[in-house]
Amino acid sequence: MDFTLSEEQQMLQDTVARLVRGEYSFEKRLEFSETELGFSEDFWKQLGELGLTAVPFPEELGGFGGGGVEIQSVMTELGRGLCLEPYLQSVVLGGGILSQAGNDEQKEKYLAGVASGELKVAVGLQEPQAFYNQNEVASKAEKSGDGYTLSGRKAVVIGGHCADLIIVSARTSGDVNDADGISLFAIDPNAEGVERRTYPTVDGAKGCDVVLNNVQVGADALLGEEGKAADVIEYQTGRAIAALCAEAVGCMEEANELTLEYLKQRKQFGVPIGKFQVLQHRMVDMMSELEQARSMAILAASYADAEQSDERRRTLAAAKNVINRAGQFISEKGIQSHGGIGMTWEYSFAHYAKRLVMIGHQLGDDDFHLERYASLLQAS
Amino acid sequence: MNMNYTAEELAFRDEVRAFLDEKLPADIAAKVKGFRRLTKEDHQRWQKILSEQGWYATHWPEEYGGVKWTPVQKHIWDEESCAYGVPRSIPFGVNMVAPVIIKFGNEEQKQQYLPRILSGEDWWCQGYSEPGAGSDLASLKTRAVRDGDHYIVNGQKTWTTLGQHANMIFCLVRTNTEVKAQEGISFLLIDMNTPGITVRPIITLDGEHEVNEVFFEDVKVPVENLVGEEDKGWTYAKYLLTYERTGLAGIGLSKAALSHLKQLASRRLKNGKPLLEDPTFSQRIAQVEIDLMAASISNLRIIAAVEGGGVPGAESSMLKVKGTEIRQAINDLARRALGPYAIPFVEEEMSYDYEGDFLSDENAAPLSSQYFNNRKLSIFGGSNEIQKNIVSKMILGL
Repeated sequence: MDFTLSEEQQMLQDTVARLVRGEYSFEKRLEFSETELGFSEDFWKQLGELGLTAVPFPEELGGFGGGGVEIQSVMTELGRGLCLEPYLQSVVLGGGILSQAGNDEQKEKYLAGVASGELKVAVGLQEPQAFYNQNEVASKAEKSGDGYTLSGRKAVVIGGHCADLIIVSARTSGDVNDADGISLFAIDPNAEGVERRTYPTVDGAKGCDVVLNNVQVGADALLGEEGKAADVIEYQTGRAIAALCAEAVGCMEEANELTLEYLKQRKQFGVPIGKFQVLQHRMVDMMSELEQARSMAILAASYADAEQSDERRRTLAAAKNVINRAGQFISEKGIQSHGGIGMTWEYSFAHYAKRLVMIGHQLGDDDFHLERYASLLQAS
Repeated sequence: MNMNYTAEELAFRDEVRAFLDEKLPADIAAKVKGFRRLTKEDHQRWQKILSEQGWYATHWPEEYGGVKWTPVQKHIWDEESCAYGVPRSIPFGVNMVAPVIIKFGNEEQKQQYLPRILSGEDWWCQGYSEPGAGSDLASLKTRAVRDGDHYIVNGQKTWTTLGQHANMIFCLVRTNTEVKAQEGISFLLIDMNTPGITVRPIITLDGEHEVNEVFFEDVKVPVENLVGEEDKGWTYAKYLLTYERTGLAGIGLSKAALSHLKQLASRRLKNGKPLLEDPTFSQRIAQVEIDLMAASISNLRIIAAVEGGGVPGAESSMLKVKGTEIRQAINDLARRALGPYAIPFVEEEMSYDYEGDFLSDENAAPLSSQYFNNRKLSIFGGSNEIQKNIVSKMILGL
């Protein structure tokens, strides 16, 4: 048993950490967030140049076939810096779906760009009426000529505002809740009939709802087998959950460091407030939640690229449940420990808190994953 | 990053399983798994089997009859023994006083006491807490005054677990009142049969006789029963507490309790369906199982760090808090799973020999009691609040 990173993994994490420290001060992040793009084009380029966007891809695409632990190393550090770039959407989720479902032509067409960072992918798997359930798909893809006509609406597509390619799920057959009959399509965001309603997000990024108004796509837009996308979606969402858990752990580490530092320097009644036992114990509780979260992020990373099984499903649901609860706990208690300053826009803590709570709304909240876990309970 | 056992570790696990398959008495395992009462004889019978296997003293150096297990091997033993229903080892001799004697005792003490612990001849209990000294242990008042070749001991110890079975007690006593509280404490080994010692039961809220008060009235203790130096007992006491704290998170016990809970929940019905399939109850179980999954990985992380040469530090304190909360949550659910049948207090059904009809479920009778009894988990071994103080000081630097 060994929970340490290999030398290569440690080097990878150090590289990202250095880059984030150098380029992603909290002040700069606020500026990036306020641009139209909503993140730093320059930082994204650097991630590409350093080969970091290629991490999970094979050697011929400039990567080294990195698995869950490598993604974890990258995402943890991006989390520490509250980085806004669409690494999760484009590299992990988009790249993952293209790798798993795409045919040779499609991989040839897209993956090099995803791996280099030049092609940004966004993924729309959820819908307004579906409460985190990605198999609840009302959007339709109807056969027309050689291709399909897509109609419907995909909800809260993070990074969709600037994506070069959007992957959406739509139903080619079956009822709205059937796992069977869901298909994936790679669409050009600028195609006729694609309407994007763009908005900033609470945690400083940007996203959009994608409305599909009879969008015509060719047969080559279909990713994978028609009607059989549910397994791909579930599997790749699992990888994304593991990555998101790592990001959350990075956020929580930084949030706890900020709070601890504040307890030591803020004085009231003539002493640092960290001398008060009620605040000490709260801080210990926050550390303890972080440890639980860290354990689950490690476990999730180890299952991210494993073959699909109920054990993988349970583990990833458990991980997201723990991460969401820990993130909210650390956010709420951290703001409380900071007092008024924790409520301000100009101080970084609040932004960690916002990111952590919003992570709880990405790819399923803790109730969703608790229900999922409960449905997979084993009798003993 | 590797969460798997090595081939050697897997072989060890097989060895443990084979041993338990062959040697663990079925009646004892059934009692443990059904949360029935164990007798002194049960404990002694099992200890003898373990001793014969050479697996009783896993913290001791080999020269004293211990077995050198790695942290991972100890973990494997913990997981397997909990799953099989091995009785919890009574730690006061083998895991508490023995490490102190080995580290700080003289040669005569090692010769005299260690073999008797291994053989089960001596049953030790712990004389730490006093009515006025709980979390603030250093404020203890039991006095030992030197008189020639003896100490004369006067005072009172309390919460003495299974003291009714013990023939030996290790005590923290005050030998110096002139200095700071921590600096006037000594570590004495006392024969429970010495005149002047009285043991009185304390009946706990579940009706059990598990803990006792021990009174000392002019008890003559030979000076050779002093461990280490006079007035240095606090150092030894703290050393002992680090041994007490490891394993207090009870991850293996929680896993066994959870498995028991799920079996119970698959038998109990609500709306005509097993509780395990009830939306509310299954989610309660799911939540505690998820939390246990996280805690068990945290536990493995600590074990792997120790295996790699680290020292278990305040991280164990954090895990003790989490682990005991989880076990209490499981006990809570087991009680809830009984519905109104959590209410009857049917003592005869708690006995292993009971042969009559069960009022509700064969495992029901002890569950409410167990829930109340295990409120102790967050109190003993350093209350969870004390653990948080330790983390706050040692890790956070507050």
